[in-house]
Parts: sequence; structure tokens; C-alpha cells
Amino acid sequence: MKDNSHISVEQQRYATMLNWGGRSGLAILIVSFLAYVMGWLPAHVALDQLPNVWTLPVDEYLKQTGSPTGWAWLSRLGEGDFAGLFGIAWLSGATLLCLLSVMPIYAKRRDFVFVIICIIALLVQVLAASGMLHSGH
Amino acid sequence: MTNLFRSISKFDFAVLSFVALTCFALTAGAVESVGQDTVAWWVWPLALFVTCFFLGIVAVPSGVGGGVLFVPIVGGFFPFHLDFVRGAGLLVALASALAAGPSLLRGGLANLRLALPLAVLASASSIVGAMVGLAIPANIVQISLGLTILGIVILMSLAKKSEFPEVPAPDRLSTILSMNGIFHDAARNQKINWHVHRTPLGLTLFLGIGFLAGMFGMGAGWANVPVLNLLMGAPLKVSAGTSSFILTLVDSSAAWIYLNKGAVLAIIAVPSIIGMMLGATIGARLLHVLKASVVRKMVITLLLFAGVRALLKGLGIWL
Repeated sequence: MKDNSHISVEQQRYATMLNWGGRSGLAILIVSFLAYVMGWLPAHVALDQLPNVWTLPVDEYLKQTGSPTGWAWLSRLGEGDFAGLFGIAWLSGATLLCLLSVMPIYAKRRDFVFVIICIIALLVQVLAASGMLHSGH
Repeated sequence: MTNLFRSISKFDFAVLSFVALTCFALTAGAVESVGQDTVAWWVWPLALFVTCFFLGIVAVPSGVGGGVLFVPIVGGFFPFHLDFVRGAGLLVALASALAAGPSLLRGGLANLRLALPLAVLASASSIVGAMVGLAIPANIVQISLGLTILGIVILMSLAKKSEFPEVPAPDRLSTILSMNGIFHDAARNQKINWHVHRTPLGLTLFLGIGFLAGMFGMGAGWANVPVLNLLMGAPLKVSAGTSSFILTLVDSSAAWIYLNKGAVLAIIAVPSIIGMMLGATIGARLLHVLKASVVRKMVITLLLFAGVRALLKGLGIWL
């Protein structure tokens, strides 16, 4: 049996959460993508029309297809193209749970520097995910 | 005889992957020039899946992340707009890092205390990079991408590696943050205590690395490892493992910007992710069979070609 006594408790917990988040995200991604390309879910932009629009800059693509931005896709999970985004968002958000899970360990050890680092990392992720930051061509 | 057979087969396999990759890239380019109206929609995701599968195979033995190969090659030879390619590139790098992260952390090859402070700065700057990348014209991004890729080619060709760099004493900041650890080296069957130095400079460089990762949608292992290993003095294996783990935070924050902007298309991202992960799984298994230096030289050649292509495409010379 491999000796991992030199690996900290928080690192092992982070690994467990990351493993869970990554695997579940991938499973969601594959299932939702199959539903999309097999036609089990209707597509907002028809698959055979995609070659006409995926060459466009994102702003032009959004204008021509009437696709939503920010979190608006969440209310349209019944459409295959947006169902696929759920798995992607899950993968992107996997680290949030990991950070939350190790904070109590640092706090219990009174390692407040790393509690603060975790909080800043969380805030950065939440800010990025919030959709409040805008940019465009 | 068996050794000869093994020797031939590993070389053949490396060459085959390289040739297949080049063929797919050129075929994609040729089909693109013929006009995509004549090509069925499913050809592109399928070609993307196969290309990423071979990219995944060569990415592991060559020691570069899949993202750095993905963006210039797919951006240069597939019909997708660079905005969507960069969004998918970040997700490819993120998915690969998420897959590798748990075992790296459990095995002590990635270190949470070393990674978190660097990742916080890099993920914040990756958001800025992603916003800048989505705000400036595509041809400027193409030119910058081409120059960056050519810079990476030079870095990969010249950069040395040090398995166990000498760190006379940890600096004050790394001591406060306890950026140290114990690494079990299976090859030597011994535990090695390590610590780092030049932390403030390392933190500053990670700001720049995060920016580039967000702007071009690339993983940044090519830059993370030299900074962790050569500058900060972390052992090579810890640097490589921690670099991969850092990408889980950096790429996810930048990926949110692309996702919220609408620059993530499932039809491009998902086949890329699955192809790359399957290829990387095989690449990891072939790690001990393939001659890493040969694969690395091939990847450098491929990147050189893709970098020149991106540059010329951005300049409007080779569209």
C-alpha cells in the first residue's frame, strides 16, 4: 500500500472533491452532448446550419442566431446546444467546492493566511462566473 | 529481436501520430479552402475529435499541455472563428488538468500550498486576459498568438530543466506561506524535502502567465514549469504536477468569461475535450514506450508550423 502520510489532510480532501467534480462533469458533458447530436433534444441552432455561423466572431454569431449570453442559457436546458453548456459550467465550477471543502481545515488549524487565500480564490472564481464582467469586439 | 521490434514500433508510432496529425491539419485546411458548404456539418466535429485524439497522444510525452497545441492548430486549420477556438482551448486544458489533478495531489506531485497563492494571482489575471482577448480584433489576436507560439518554440528548444534545483534558503514570503513539502521520489525510493525561493518574482510572472492563458485560451504549462522549476527551485516533478493543478483554477476562471460571453459552442468544445482526454490517456500509457525527446522535437516542429500559420493568417498573407 502506498504511503501517503506526507500528504496533508486538506490536500487529500481537495483531491477527493476534484476527482468527484471532474468525473461527474465529464459524465454530464458526454450525456448532454449525445442528446444534442443524436437529436434527442431540439437544437436552438440547427446542426446543419452551424457551419454558416461558427466562422463568425462571437458578437456576430450571437446577433445572427439570437443566442443568449451570461446565465440565460440555464433557462433553456431543454435545447441541446445549451444542455451541453451545463456540463461545461459544471467542470468550470468544480474548483469552487474544492476550495470550500478545505477552508474549515485551514480555519481549525488557525492557518488564517490560507483561509484568506481560499476566500480570495473563491471570490475571483465567483466574479468570473457571475457574468458581471463584460467585453466585446 | 524483441528490443528491435519495440524500438521500431515506438518510433513508428511517434511518426505515425505526427504524420496523422499533420495530415488532418492539412486536410482540414484544404477542405476549408474548397468551401465548407460542400462538407456535411458532422465532418468537422469528427475531424476535431480525431485531431485532438492525436494531439492528446503527443501532448503527454512531449511535456506540453493539450491547450497550447489545440489553439494554434485548430485555429489555423479549422473553419471555426478564433473566439470559439479559444473558448474550447481553455476547456480542453481545464478538462485535462481536472483529470490529472486528483492523482497528482494524492501522490504529492502537486502541492496545494505552493499552488494556491500562485493560482490566485494567475486566475485573476486570466480573467483580464480573456476580456482583452475577446475585446480586440481577431487579426490582432492571431498575430499575437503567432508571436507567442513562436516564443514558446524558442523557450521549448532552449529551456533547460533541473530535476532537483539547489535552493540555498527559502525566502521570507515562501516561509510565511509554508510553500514547502516532502516529495516521494519513486525512482530513488526516497523522500525529498523541498522549499522554494524568489517567490515575489514568481508571483509576478504568474500574473503574466495567467493573462496569456486567458487571452489565447491556452493552458500555460509551458510557462508554469520553467518558473516553478528554474526560477523558484521546486523539483521538476513537483513543478510539472503543481503546474497542471494550477491550471484547474486559472483555466476555469477564464473559461467562465468565454462561457458568459457566448464564446463556447458545445459542438466544438465537447469533441475536443473527449478526443484530447482519450488521447492523453493513451499518451500517458505510452510515456515509457515512446522516446520523449523525439516526440518533443516533432511537437516543436508542429508548433513552429502552427505559429507561422497563425502569424501569416493574422497578417492576411495566408488566409
